[in-house]
Amino acid sequence: MEERLLMKGNEALAEAAIRAGCRCFFGYPITPQNEIPEYMAKRMPQVGGVFLQAESEVSAINMVYGAAGAGVRAMTSSSSPGISLKQEGISYMAGAELPCVVVNVMRAGPGLGGIQAAQGDYFQATKGGGHGDYYTLVLAPGSVQEMMDLTFDAFDLADKYRNPVLILCDAILGQMMEPVELKDEFITQLQPKPWATVGAKGREPNVINSFYVSAEEQEEHNIKLFTKYQRMRNEEVRVETWRMEDAEIALVAYGTVSRIAKAAVELMRQEGIKAGLIRPITLFPFPEKTIHDLAFNVKAFSVIEMSMGQLVEDVRLAVKGVAPVKFYGTTGGRLPTPESIFQKAYELMNELTRGENGCYEKIIR
Amino acid sequence: MAAMKRLFGRPEALRDVPTHYCPGCPHGIVHRLIAEVIDELEIREKTIGIAPVGCAVLAYNYFNCDMQEAAHGRASAVATGIKRALPDSIVFSYQGDGDLASIGTAEIVHAAARGENITVIFINNAIYGMTGGQMAPTTLVGQRTTTCPDGRDPRLAGFPIRISEMLATLDGAVYIARASVHNISHLLKAKRCIKTAFQVQLNGEGFAMVEVLCACPTNWGLSAPEAMKWVEKNMIPYYPLWEIKPLLKEGVVRD
Ligand SMILES: Cc1ncc(C[n+]2csc(CCOP(=O)(O)OP(=O)(O)O)c2C)c(N)n1
Repeated sequence: MEERLLMKGNEALAEAAIRAGCRCFFGYPITPQNEIPEYMAKRMPQVGGVFLQAESEVSAINMVYGAAGAGVRAMTSSSSPGISLKQEGISYMAGAELPCVVVNVMRAGPGLGGIQAAQGDYFQATKGGGHGDYYTLVLAPGSVQEMMDLTFDAFDLADKYRNPVLILCDAILGQMMEPVELKDEFITQLQPKPWATVGAKGREPNVINSFYVSAEEQEEHNIKLFTKYQRMRNEEVRVETWRMEDAEIALVAYGTVSRIAKAAVELMRQEGIKAGLIRPITLFPFPEKTIHDLAFNVKAFSVIEMSMGQLVEDVRLAVKGVAPVKFYGTTGGRLPTPESIFQKAYELMNELTRGENGCYEKIIR
Repeated sequence: MAAMKRLFGRPEALRDVPTHYCPGCPHGIVHRLIAEVIDELEIREKTIGIAPVGCAVLAYNYFNCDMQEAAHGRASAVATGIKRALPDSIVFSYQGDGDLASIGTAEIVHAAARGENITVIFINNAIYGMTGGQMAPTTLVGQRTTTCPDGRDPRLAGFPIRISEMLATLDGAVYIARASVHNISHLLKAKRCIKTAFQVQLNGEGFAMVEVLCACPTNWGLSAPEAMKWVEKNMIPYYPLWEIKPLLKEGVVRD
């Protein structure tokens, strides 16, 4: 049975976490993610779970560390400046191989930044984020429905890999309301976690730890972590391709921007430009192969971000020079419009075709 | 012939392994006191200890119970997470003065303020041991360290913090004691304080902490016996001993 409801992104995410079996939430207030802790404060007691407002983001993530180490599904959420503070704990959790879900409802930066939607934390999210050799899985929802669905998956993935999973969204996805199908599913039974510290009853003690005294042991551990990340690359890549079958120009965008990019594709198609969209849903692992393969079919890529050129670097690495890759970004909390995306793509196609058949304008009605 | 009664042996809560501690370092003594208490209270199988960064970071190799290593200063937050997730477990953190009284002040103050039902063992050796003898928040005025080579000057570095007295002002803190292990009589009393701090948790009463004054012969540049005397002569006058915040009624939840 599914229930159809109108929900805010942040609340949909929080409800999904509860249904996915999250029983510990530790957070600290910051706009634009406050609906998540507020929802948890109401909802956790109803399911016998823990909601605790921590004294800081640093403490919150370390509480998650403790709870996750004790075998409980645990989550924290914040927005950009707070996520920076959580990096210490995320690095420790990656090192100690602890599962958890961390939600970043991105706002503008650097520094305090503004509270409007932005995507400037892409590098931080996808390249590890804290110190040391590690990655976290990064899921980028594009709708309120996906805020729910990916949150469900995030907890499973975290447990499957014993690794932190990041949900990277932004102020718009967090705040907007959309109809959602609410799965009537409550996860109560988890896979056993024999490594968890729950008291050494009738067994040798368990230790949760990211510290290795010798370089050899640390190297061995890191190599083991990277085998895990390779498995994620092989098994967990998710990407949506839309109208790419005959596309000459591929727009690449994730999250909120991908929605605007879809409108831009429609606009371009109306004008006779064969455009399509590639929307990475996992940002790590990155849909490298899909993008590389499609590079042979298109004339160019236009990468659209609400940041000053971060996603574009991964796209360029994936395309490997097969086709030109152009960047179009807005920053500071400003949004691109379908028209501005159209304009940039049009200029790009014009540049590429000039000399061959004069001007790209010719093929436009 | 009647079976011989065992009078002394290694506590079950302590593993039979050599430690990495320097000669004369009291970390091993305090580990043993905690282990004895865990045995006496028969809680080993439901105890989870937390060893944050510091000389005792490897404590997870020494205690024979489930352990979590924690980031520098974050032990009380990690303890909060474990205890909230598993309310029936017994959770203790074992933190140095750099850890608890400097980088982790926010965590300890708020754990105490919330009355987290955890037991904190706070090792005050007036120095940063693991990193090689730098000034700690508890370094005494005039005490030499590698980062105050001419002695701690309060005009530059302020005054040593009496964390126990600070925490005692918080309503959530139920039991706060300061002990020392520089001689046998003090050591035995220290154990009683530690036992009380665990009992407070077993009774579900709230936050309990025992600060233990400890020597650091290596980084103080003293022999072990000299260092023990230094504790008595210099530390105890500044950090007065015993019950900073006694239990209002032994073993009973305050109303
Ligand atoms: C974030 C961070 N900062 C600094 C350090 C380096 N460091 C390791 S232990 C320590 C202080 C140790 O002093 P204390 O907590 O008093 O414990 P002791 O070694 O004296 O037992 C420091 C600063 C670290 N590991 N992490």
